[in-house]
Amino acid sequence: MEDIVQHLTPLLKEVSGYIFPNEIELHWGLLIVLYPYLTGLVAGAFILASLVKVFNVKELQPTYRMSLLTALAFLIVAPLPLLGHLGHPEKSYEIFLTPNTSSAMAMFGFVYAWYLMAVLLLEIWFDYRKDLIMWSRKEKGLMKWIHKLLSLFSSDVSEKAIRFDKKSVRVITIIGIPSAFLLHGYVGFIFGSVKANPFWSSVLMPIVFLFSAIVSGIALVLLIYMIVTPMRRKPIDMLCLNKLASYLFYVMIIDFSLETLDFIHRVYESEESIHIISELVSGKLFVSLVVIQVLIGMLIPLGSIAAAKIFKLPDELKKLIYFVAAILVQMGIFSTRWNVVIGGQLFSKSFRGLTTYKMTFFGLEGFLVSFIILIMPIVILYILFKLLPPWDEARQQVT
Amino acid sequence: MNILKILNFTNQSQKRRSFVKMFLLSVAAIAIPGRSGSQEKPKKKSGWLLADGYDATEHLWGMGVNINDCIGCGRCVAACKEENNVPRLPFFFRTWVERYEIEANGRVSVSSPNGGYDSFKPELSDKQTIRSFFVPKLCNHCDNPPCVQVCPVGATFKTVDGVILVDSDYCIGCRYCIQACPYGARFLHPVTRTAEKCTFCYHRITKGMSPACVENCPTQARIFGELKKGASPLVRFKRMHNINVLKPNLNTEPKVYYANLDMEVS
Repeated sequence: MEDIVQHLTPLLKEVSGYIFPNEIELHWGLLIVLYPYLTGLVAGAFILASLVKVFNVKELQPTYRMSLLTALAFLIVAPLPLLGHLGHPEKSYEIFLTPNTSSAMAMFGFVYAWYLMAVLLLEIWFDYRKDLIMWSRKEKGLMKWIHKLLSLFSSDVSEKAIRFDKKSVRVITIIGIPSAFLLHGYVGFIFGSVKANPFWSSVLMPIVFLFSAIVSGIALVLLIYMIVTPMRRKPIDMLCLNKLASYLFYVMIIDFSLETLDFIHRVYESEESIHIISELVSGKLFVSLVVIQVLIGMLIPLGSIAAAKIFKLPDELKKLIYFVAAILVQMGIFSTRWNVVIGGQLFSKSFRGLTTYKMTFFGLEGFLVSFIILIMPIVILYILFKLLPPWDEARQQVT
Repeated sequence: MNILKILNFTNQSQKRRSFVKMFLLSVAAIAIPGRSGSQEKPKKKSGWLLADGYDATEHLWGMGVNINDCIGCGRCVAACKEENNVPRLPFFFRTWVERYEIEANGRVSVSSPNGGYDSFKPELSDKQTIRSFFVPKLCNHCDNPPCVQVCPVGATFKTVDGVILVDSDYCIGCRYCIQACPYGARFLHPVTRTAEKCTFCYHRITKGMSPACVENCPTQARIFGELKKGASPLVRFKRMHNINVLKPNLNTEPKVYYANLDMEVS
């Protein structure tokens, strides 16, 4: 009780205009910003991996397994911010036991479980099965048993079995694409279906979420590929990198078009809430929305990737441009999530005033915990890379 | 391949039939949570007969508020906090009172210092106020409640007598209902960490008493009662006044009815 008084009392002075008295406390904080950011990376990385299998984009082969493992690492962490922000995390299992079928949020457990179990783990298992068997045959000690366990003690490497593996991966990927769309589209729906909040309530929300997810996923895999490859003292495959950058560029164009459409639509319709939303966007959200999300996170990377392509720059310069662009894109997408989640709560539902979000450093909803949650997938990814090396030469060793 | 071997399938058609059977069974399992879901509970009428003989199926509750009668004394706010043990802090309210001041130039200023708990100080400024009035606010006990729709575990629900309640033993504190409420009527209790809101003083009305805010209003600006029974004061109130509800465009179908509501109120 004491700390809530200390946290909320100074906020009373920050209010401009009129807000309902219960609106001083901003309910979804930094943790809920992380959640769509993380699931977006999952969906994006998976869709990138699907390009290789379903659409047969051969240039992206070096990033295929990397994207799958990236998706898995981030998916494992994705529910943590949700759990952390609950008033009663110990009761969270009730979502599974007695879900309210009309609640978009209740669907989370099922979509998540489906995606983790039926799509991602299965695809990775089928894709690695042969390698796991071959590795475990050659290895000794702990790793032998880890790989044996991961292969679920299967030992069939006959041609027929391998063919079945390949076919399964293809089928799962085909099921996986709509599942990835579902995973992130539904996160957009959680916000887009709140009719009480005109900033969120938009039928475009799930689609904008989806495309920004693909943008962030491709940019993340591009970053990981560019960081990990030199660390392994291997040359970067420029064909692959150029292809990644091209896809990033195309999806960003779609994403930007959708966001622009949403913006124009709102301004043109000019509903009751337009005054308070324009006050918000030109004031408290100006830096994070106009400067970081649109300018730094979208226009500059778009322009620089386009320039790198048009002017046929040397490879070294291209690498630098792609790398910086991908970092800017990550910043931009994180701001996108911030602007939706936090921005959507900064104005009163009376449409007469604005409130403020004050981030804390310590505490479950503070900066520190969020930072740790953001680091965790990278640690998990490192372990996954050790257990299931995604590199082509690891595969070639055994054949 | 291995899986099929383990299951020892011999011929194609048997394999296919078993697969289809298992698949359908697995799909059917998805429906189990829906069958046993928490929203099923309120649908059973027998469950609503309370121990002291109160039969919820015989009632449908609502509230009327006459803006012209409200003097902004804040007695309702204080009574509500006292009755329902609402934290005495300016951030948590089950009911509150807003003051609207409309100036000659069309500017509208709204205020609700401490939710109107300490009543309102007279405005001593050069503002040319042409109209001023008070608006008591509370949960609208919507007939089409967005908060109930979004609750992931069904902790918040609509009773058969039309009241929206929160089962705090069930609530996981996700706060989706707070986001979904267009009226700002909900808050997270700082101690229990569960969602809280006006219950129409359910513990009182089921014993034949009226809610604490209604009981304490010195001008009878709040009228509580039955919506189904022709002789009730609320039905009479609805007949005698021009009635409005808050944010009708959202189709939440509130059961708190305002008489003499100004267009500025949202």
